[in-house]
Amino acid sequence: MSNDEIQLGGEQLLDLYRMMALIRRTEEQLARAHQMGLVPGPCHTYVGEEAIATGVCANLRQDDVIFSTHRGHGHALAKGVSPRALAAELFGKATGCSQGRGGSMHLFAPEIGLMGTSGIVGPSILQGAGAGYSFKLLGCDQVSVAFFGDGAVSNGAFHEGLNLAAIWRLPVIFVCEDNMYATEVPFSEATRVHDVAARAKASYDMAAVRIDGNDVLAVYQAAEAAVARARAGDGPTLIDCKTYRTRPHAEGMRDGGYRSAEEMAAWKQRDPIASFAACLVEEGKATEVEFAAIDAEVNDIVADAMEFARSSPFPDPATAADYIFSLGA
Amino acid sequence: MREITYTEAAREALAEQMALDPSIFVVGEGIGERGGNFNTTLGLYEQYGPMRLRDTPIVERGFVGMCAGAAMTGARPVVDFMFIDFILDSMGELLNQISKIQYMSSGRIKMPIVLRGCIGIGGAAATHHSGSYYSIFAHIPGFRVALPSNPYDAKGLLKTALTGDDPVMFLEHKLLLNRRGPVPEEEYALPFGQAAILRQGSDATVVALAVMAPKVLAVCDELAKDGLDIEVIDPRTVAPLDTDTILESLRKTGRLLIADETFGPCGIGAEISAQVMERGFDDLDAPVARLNGAHTPTPYSPSLESAIIPDAAAIERAIRDLVAE
Repeated sequence: MSNDEIQLGGEQLLDLYRMMALIRRTEEQLARAHQMGLVPGPCHTYVGEEAIATGVCANLRQDDVIFSTHRGHGHALAKGVSPRALAAELFGKATGCSQGRGGSMHLFAPEIGLMGTSGIVGPSILQGAGAGYSFKLLGCDQVSVAFFGDGAVSNGAFHEGLNLAAIWRLPVIFVCEDNMYATEVPFSEATRVHDVAARAKASYDMAAVRIDGNDVLAVYQAAEAAVARARAGDGPTLIDCKTYRTRPHAEGMRDGGYRSAEEMAAWKQRDPIASFAACLVEEGKATEVEFAAIDAEVNDIVADAMEFARSSPFPDPATAADYIFSLGA
Repeated sequence: MREITYTEAAREALAEQMALDPSIFVVGEGIGERGGNFNTTLGLYEQYGPMRLRDTPIVERGFVGMCAGAAMTGARPVVDFMFIDFILDSMGELLNQISKIQYMSSGRIKMPIVLRGCIGIGGAAATHHSGSYYSIFAHIPGFRVALPSNPYDAKGLLKTALTGDDPVMFLEHKLLLNRRGPVPEEEYALPFGQAAILRQGSDATVVALAVMAPKVLAVCDELAKDGLDIEVIDPRTVAPLDTDTILESLRKTGRLLIADETFGPCGIGAEISAQVMERGFDDLDAPVARLNGAHTPTPYSPSLESAIIPDAAAIERAIRDLVAE
């Protein structure tokens, strides 16, 4: 999509690039750290899908909330979690955003609206709807975003959550990241209806749009309209983002037997970061020099985050059973 | 003191807290205008409307998961599930999300959600409307589990549930709902983890859960005519479980029976028995005894249904056997 249609300023365009670059660089380094044994648990990267979290979260306020998935590093960073707090959590350190209790699949930063990534597919949809219920009940104008993949679309939570949000007109944005595979099961084999937006319209009478999830401006524009609709009290929206992850389901997993090298190569040609930069250069909105400067800045931030994670202490074993119940209860 | 029913007492707690706290809302099937299958919300819809008394489609996983999100973001949901059997579809939301999010978020997110409704066997409800399942929830870190056995406890425990920040299973045995009992008109709340001594005695201790409390009390009144002096303890909450009060009683009586309508294997009685062995072994004058319902799905026919729950004769036999040990 050309910027002519949404008219973002030069700084805003560079901010979108910066966030995508930050997510990419952080995850490349986390993947490396995983290979080196510094990340003790699972690590599902978002490489190739950065435009979605970036385009959606650029439309949110800090007091808006998001509910994320097992592939949630990008959502966390885009909502404002620092690379230090993210890396430290994956390293299992006390300085991590969940103080070492969560790891990659349980990132929490409620103070800035990250209400959790999740190891279970589906609940983000229900909890996202629930936050919308809270905001409507309490009469505030916050909105809630539920991220989920194509793997959640055939799960009962999708049907139940979308239906509840639709009948009660809740201020929720449902963001489907259709990367074509639920772990390694193709979406083409999981349903007869691959147009998730069409499902939202037909089954729940919900506003919905199907977009290129690798086009950050298309995501930005769709999210802008959805957030405005939710904040105005006009109900939920589903954004069906077509995208692709270019790394394995999880780091360290064999990535063959379910998708072809040709398919992967074709999607790498559509890389959301490189294509956005090329488009801005072509339109004269930014220069290679500006991107190089941002890349250098991002590399320094990520290097610092990795060093912070490495040098941070592990949590005190005596605290392993803290926080099961609310304090003072 | 005035006497009201168990359901009226619980409804009074809900109504009082809804008046004080605008973040409380109730979801369930038929809890709106209709006032609830068991009259749990009678009269509240007229006062508060659909946003706070929300009738739902039959999607237990959906609305339990939704209420988790609401509890995480400033609201205080009450899930009125009618029969506990119905929320088994939401076990993933309960065990993976609701019980764990406070922990996973290092205490920064609260989970003030109350899940309330009917448990227990009776009325030929058959096996999809007769479950109890509280030992399952007591097994999971992160849940409070309340089992009020009388109107006074129902109001006091629900008050605590509606003002705390933890997930609470508030479980109402169906045969207790219409029982009347004294409930003060002034404000009070009952803390979790504090057992009630329903009857003082010195010959043996009986721990009686939920519907077993009134059943055991009635038997003990009869046994008193034969000179048997039985102490009866109602834990009131099984998570947390007040083992201290049970151990203290055991020091006096030396004999312990746990009477629970639900399954014996891996049940609350097994847990109490193990804790007593660990912490009160020297006080035992006889092996700990358990009296449970049969380990079977619940049959429909009255002749079969009554065969699987401990009746007065079984309670009397269990107590006499224990005292004779």
